[in-house]
Amino acid sequence: MSYHVNEKGYYGEFGGAYIPEMLYPNVEELRQNYLEITSEASFKEEFSSLLKDYVGRPTPLYFAERLSEKYNTKIYLKREDLCHTGAHKVNNTIGQILLAKKLGKNRIIAETGAGQHGVATATVCALMGIECIVYMGEIDIERQAPNVARMKMLGATVIPALSGSRTLKDATNEAIRDWINNPTNTHYIIGSVVGPHPYPDMVARFQSVISEEIKEQLHEKEGREEPDYVVACVGGGSNAAGAYYHFLDNEEVGIIAVEAAGKGIHTGESAATSVLGKAGIIHGSKTLLMQTGDGQITEPYSISAGLDYPGVGPMHAHLYTSGRGEFISITDEDAMLAGLELSKLEGIIPAIETSHAFAIFKDRPFKNEDVVVVNLSGRGDKDLGTYIDYFNL
Amino acid sequence: MNRITKKLSEDKKLLSIYFTAGYPQLEDTVEILESLEENGVDMVEIGLPFSDPLADGPTIQESSTAALKNGMNTDLLFEQLTNIRERVSIPLIIMGYFNPVLQYGVEAFCAKCEEIGIDGLILPDLPLAEYQEHYASIFKRYNLINVFLITPQTSDERIMEIDENSEGFIYMVSSASTTGKTSGFGQEQKDYFARIANMNLSNPQIVGFGINNVETFKSATEFASGAIIGSAFIKMLTSEGIQGIQTFIKSILK
Repeated sequence: MSYHVNEKGYYGEFGGAYIPEMLYPNVEELRQNYLEITSEASFKEEFSSLLKDYVGRPTPLYFAERLSEKYNTKIYLKREDLCHTGAHKVNNTIGQILLAKKLGKNRIIAETGAGQHGVATATVCALMGIECIVYMGEIDIERQAPNVARMKMLGATVIPALSGSRTLKDATNEAIRDWINNPTNTHYIIGSVVGPHPYPDMVARFQSVISEEIKEQLHEKEGREEPDYVVACVGGGSNAAGAYYHFLDNEEVGIIAVEAAGKGIHTGESAATSVLGKAGIIHGSKTLLMQTGDGQITEPYSISAGLDYPGVGPMHAHLYTSGRGEFISITDEDAMLAGLELSKLEGIIPAIETSHAFAIFKDRPFKNEDVVVVNLSGRGDKDLGTYIDYFNL
Repeated sequence: MNRITKKLSEDKKLLSIYFTAGYPQLEDTVEILESLEENGVDMVEIGLPFSDPLADGPTIQESSTAALKNGMNTDLLFEQLTNIRERVSIPLIIMGYFNPVLQYGVEAFCAKCEEIGIDGLILPDLPLAEYQEHYASIFKRYNLINVFLITPQTSDERIMEIDENSEGFIYMVSSASTTGKTSGFGQEQKDYFARIANMNLSNPQIVGFGINNVETFKSATEFASGAIIGSAFIKMLTSEGIQGIQTFIKSILK
C-alpha cells in the first residue's frame, strides 16, 4: 500500500480538487506543470543551492542527551528551528517562488495564521523582487504583531481578513478569493499540505528535504537510515509531511502525529481534527475537518496559532483512517510545560506548535533502544509573549 | 420535461434571481419566492448558506453568515419548501457549496429535492470530473439538472467538454471575480459574450456576476438567454426588506 498521492490527486479517499470553475485554469496549470518543472535539473540546482546557502541547510540532527535520559529512549531532534526565518516553512516558499517564476507569475499571495508562513513568503518575495500580498485574520494580526512588522519590513502588504472568525481559515478564504479575482498573473503560495491537488503533494515534496536529510544523518550517527519513530506536530501538517515523506511506505518506521487538544478534546475548544473531524470539503480538498452535523465548518481552538486550523491535509487524514499513523492529542497545558522542559533540558526554546510534539513523552513510553526523531519545526521567539504570560516570566 | 428546460424554450430573455435562504429573516423563504414569481421573475436560485463561501464576495458572505446565525440549515430549508409547488411554479434551483450536500448525503439530498420539486443544483465547488465519476447517475435518477460554470478564463476545449456534459443551461460567469465585485461590462466582457455566442453551444447560456440593473441585464442578455442577479438583490433586501422586491424587479424588467 502506498501512502503517497495517486495520479488522480487522492490519498485513499482523501484529496482531490474541489474548486470552483474560476480557479480551474490556475490549478490545472500547476497540476500539469509541477512535476515536470520541479524535476528539471536547473530547478533542482537552484532549489538546493538556495536551501544550502540561503536557508542554511542541511539542518542538524541533534542527539538530545538529557531529554533521552529523562525518558529512557534515544531522542534525536531535527533542527528545522535553525532554518532562516525560524521554521521549516521556508523550504516550501523557496520551492514555490521558483515554480511561480517558471510559470511567469509576477504577483504572490499567501495566507498566514501565526505569521510564520507569511514571513517565509515575504522573505522569498523580497529575495526575488516579486510583489507579495499576505492575508491574515484580523485577530491574528493583533496577537502576532512582531510577525506583522517583519512582513512589512520585508516589503509585503498585509491585508486583514475580516470575514468569519477572522483567523487562519478566513485568511485562506480571502487568499482564494484574491486568486479568483486575479487569475492570470498571480501564484498562490499555500503554506501547508492542504488545498486542492496538486498543493498537498507539491508542498510535501518541497518539505521532503527534511526526511531526506534525516536518513543520511541517521546513517552517520546510528549506522541505519530508518528511525523507529518519527514524531511531528500537525496543524495543516506540512512539517509532519516533510518529516514522514521518505518513511511513509516503510511500515517499520512508526509515524506519530501530534495534534492540539486545546483546552481538552471535548471542551468545545480544541483543534484535534482526527478525533473531532469528519470527512468533508475544506479549501478545495476532501479531508477530515471539524464541522457541524449539517456541514458548516466550525471554529477550532489552540493556544498555538499554527495548529489552530479546523482541518488536516489529506495525506494525514489517510494516515489516520488507514491506521498507518498514530495520532495523539496534547492540551495547551501539557504543550506549554513540554516547551519549558525542552528549554531547561536542552537549551532550546521551541515554537508552541512544536512543544506539542515534545509533550507525548510523558505518557507515551518508548523502549530504551528505540530511536525517536522529533521534528523540531520552529523556534519559540515568536511565542515569547505567550510563554511570558503563561508562566509569569 | 424539466421546468428549467421548458422555461428556456420560451422566446424571451430570462431574469433569474439568487437569494440566500434564511435572510433577511429566517422565515422569509416562501414569501420571497412567491413575490419573485408574482413580479415576473423566470427562475430562482435559492442559496443554501455555507460558513465558508469561497466564490462569494462580501454581500453574499454576510447574508450567509446572517442566515446561519438566524438558524438556517439544510433540514429547515427543506421543511420550508415542503409545499412550495402548491404556491410557485417557476423553475427552482438550489445553489450552495458541496460540503453541506455531502454531509446530508448526496443521494438523500437529491431525493429530497425531487420530492419537493426542485429542478436543479448549482454547486460551484463540485467540479465536472468528480461529478461525472461519482454523482451524475444520482442526479439523473432524481431528475435534477446540475449546472456548470464557465468563466472568461475557461479554455474553448473545456467549454466544449462542459457543454457536452451539461443539461438545461451553462452558467456563464461574466468576469474573473467573486460575486458582487464588478458593475458594468467593459469591452473585455462584451468580447467574451460574443466569443461564447459564436461557439454555437448546444446548451443556452445564462450570465451571472456583475448584473445589478436594467443596463447590465440588457447588455448581458444581448447574446445570452438570460441573466442572474444575486448580490444586488441581496443588497436591496438588506436596505428595503421584502417589500422592496416589486420595485426592484420592475426596474429590471421595465
